[in-house]
Amino acid sequence: MIPELGHFALALAVAIAGAQAVIGLFGPLLRDPRALTAAPLLAISQFAAAACAFGALVWAGVVSDFTVENIANFSSAEVPLFYRISGVWGNHDGSILLWCLILSLCGLAVAVAGGNLPATLRARVLGVLGLVSAGFLLFTLTVSNPFTRIWPPPQDGQGMNPILQDPGLAFHPPVLYIGYVGFSVAFAFAIAALLEGRVDAAFGRWVRPWALVSWCFLTSGIALGSWWSYYTLGWGGYWFWDPVENASLLPWLTGTALLHCAIVVEKREALKAWTVLFAIATFSLSLTGTFLVRSGILNSVHSFAASPDQGLFILALLGITIGGSLLLFAIRAPALTASGIYAPLSRESALVLNNVFLGASTAVVFTGTLYPPILNLFTGIQLSVGAPFFNQTVIPLSVPIILTMGAGPLLAWKRASLAPVVQRLALAGAVALVVLLAMTADTNLITALGLAGGAWVILSALTDLALRAGLGRVAPTAALGRLVALPRAQIGAALGHIGFGVTVVGIAGMTLASQSVVVLSPGQSAQIGGYSWKLDAITAAPGPNYNQHIATISVDGLVLHPARRFFSAQGVITSDAAIHTNGFLDLYAVFAGEPNGNAELRLSVHPLAPEIWLGGLIMALGGFFSLSDRRLRLGAPSRRIV
Amino acid sequence: MSPLRRRLLFGVPLALVSAGGAAMYTLLERMRTDQYDPHAFPSPLLGKPVPAFSLPGAGGLPGFASTDLAAPPRPVLVNWFSSWCAVCPQEAPQLAALARQGVPVWGIDYEDTPAALAQFLSTNGTPYARIGDDKSGLTAINWGVYGVPETFMIDKTGIVRWHFAGALTDDLVTVQLQPLLERYA
Repeated sequence: MIPELGHFALALAVAIAGAQAVIGLFGPLLRDPRALTAAPLLAISQFAAAACAFGALVWAGVVSDFTVENIANFSSAEVPLFYRISGVWGNHDGSILLWCLILSLCGLAVAVAGGNLPATLRARVLGVLGLVSAGFLLFTLTVSNPFTRIWPPPQDGQGMNPILQDPGLAFHPPVLYIGYVGFSVAFAFAIAALLEGRVDAAFGRWVRPWALVSWCFLTSGIALGSWWSYYTLGWGGYWFWDPVENASLLPWLTGTALLHCAIVVEKREALKAWTVLFAIATFSLSLTGTFLVRSGILNSVHSFAASPDQGLFILALLGITIGGSLLLFAIRAPALTASGIYAPLSRESALVLNNVFLGASTAVVFTGTLYPPILNLFTGIQLSVGAPFFNQTVIPLSVPIILTMGAGPLLAWKRASLAPVVQRLALAGAVALVVLLAMTADTNLITALGLAGGAWVILSALTDLALRAGLGRVAPTAALGRLVALPRAQIGAALGHIGFGVTVVGIAGMTLASQSVVVLSPGQSAQIGGYSWKLDAITAAPGPNYNQHIATISVDGLVLHPARRFFSAQGVITSDAAIHTNGFLDLYAVFAGEPNGNAELRLSVHPLAPEIWLGGLIMALGGFFSLSDRRLRLGAPSRRIV
Repeated sequence: MSPLRRRLLFGVPLALVSAGGAAMYTLLERMRTDQYDPHAFPSPLLGKPVPAFSLPGAGGLPGFASTDLAAPPRPVLVNWFSSWCAVCPQEAPQLAALARQGVPVWGIDYEDTPAALAQFLSTNGTPYARIGDDKSGLTAINWGVYGVPETFMIDKTGIVRWHFAGALTDDLVTVQLQPLLERYA
């Protein structure tokens, strides 16, 4: 009964979303106030319906209702409660429903928090969101229905992929999806602004917080996914340039560009068309990522079953959404003219450079990701593009980004002069140069460049904060008081840059990792990366739905417990890596196999690995901190333009 | 910038996306008709003769060797299968239809036992003119076979012209295999 109610709620959500689209988009033309107030109400009802549908599916998962095909295929009675819930979005149909739920949540957020937007703009934003919602809800209802029943029901479900039974992966999809889907709001604002023919400072101020929330979630989602693959897959890597990883990186790159050029619209009324284009591009890339994963066009480790028929449906949705918005852009955007003018050396120019290089990085990653299928289309040759391509193209592009990032925040708007900036950043530059020279002698150029670049970004952001706080000009205690009193958006921006620098340092450090595969019998030891690793024992221990063998390894007084888990239901063995970290260095052990009662171990030392995710965390926290700025707080008075 | 050039410039994203959309559509269509499989990796044997081997017969049929494939009178399909393979029975109708057309279908039974093979052939029928017995799996390694079923087409000069990993489907046979069989006939 409950799954039928969920199915019905899903159908209801489609209808409401359709109404929201029509009334939201055409209501403002009717000059009828009822039409303008209807859109927010419809958005709230749409969320209620979508939440009921999702709740029904979660309920079916919790009570293990194996008459629901989705639950029977991806869960079983012995799966713990937590994973019975997270398993709901661990498969194709359920994850699309989650996607729709978050999209309707965005509509709800605009309806509730957008009280001080002009009523016509709010109706149009909700109309665009309704249109996208209607498309994807219809997709869920017709070709990807998670409520399909089977009869007779199986005794037990087929079980859950053991690799997905991990807290990191329970949270990774929702967080990532909020990031992806959240950009729908910035997209809807861009379309609504094009429809109204007005992109001004107010637009920049409205669109930026929405883009920033999504960006924070996307950053956290990517970092979570990367961390998960680091500690569970046991490969000891953190980024594989897998097509699905790239699909999440692409909107992150354009979303970062969007955040930066929206500042210019807000402060200086320039870069309007860029901002609108990046808002469209970011959400379009989120959608494209979903399409590429679902359709199975790309060969990826993230193997949801390939289904070209569903791919066609999504492609049609993409055609309407992306094609329609770019058509509108082609018609309306040429009329957008900048009112603020700026010199070649200015904050604006630095932000333009940021846009150009982030855009170029996006193009490169996009090309590398789609090259195999496109090449196949024209020549029939089958190949794959791997890490060497991306490393060789993305690293050179990140050099100018890193250089600009340090200096940009210190440049004045409109017209800046170089000399004072050079003087202020002399210390940061000198430290970076010393790091570069010292490390080049010691290691390789890429590592040295990364460490120096990271140091440059971190130090120049700190210099920026120190200067703004007046450090050196006033007493240190007074400077601290002024630092705390700085606008939170400024502190948040500096934190964002520091976080990026920390991640760059971590990535550079990881190039110095040392790894080795050894076969040890209990009592033997091996020397790897300057540490002595000794295998003490192999013990057996049962888990909730698996059996495991645990190796006890002592490394210079520390003890690591990597395990091999045998999931009998699926006949799958997973490796649970053991990691000991001191915050700046990881000791990483994987129990890979047991030839003749010995332990085959993959042991590695990863310098600075924790900094990769710490940087992501700092970036996201910086974003959230910036959101708490007084200027953006809900209910704060803002210029009304009607 | 002239207004017209500005308008054209702003149409560039739309043009790019339209081209991309058309490319994606074509790829999806090719996936639907089994002309494109993103997960397939081409066999290293394509365009080369098969590696040297000699397998004894099985299931009451004669075996064969690489010399038999050096210059066959007409193109031969070599189908790797096994009785323990769950997918193999799915392609029995396609193989039977090809055999009825007169295409020589030779099987290689991979890591199997005689009793299980006899059971498999009585259940699913025997499209094969010959069956080689690769009990050790060594020939499979030399061919680069990484699972069963896999099917190879060898032309009259002994060169491997086509390869597919997975069960044959009707679409696959009509769209890919038949034209090649005619071309190399």
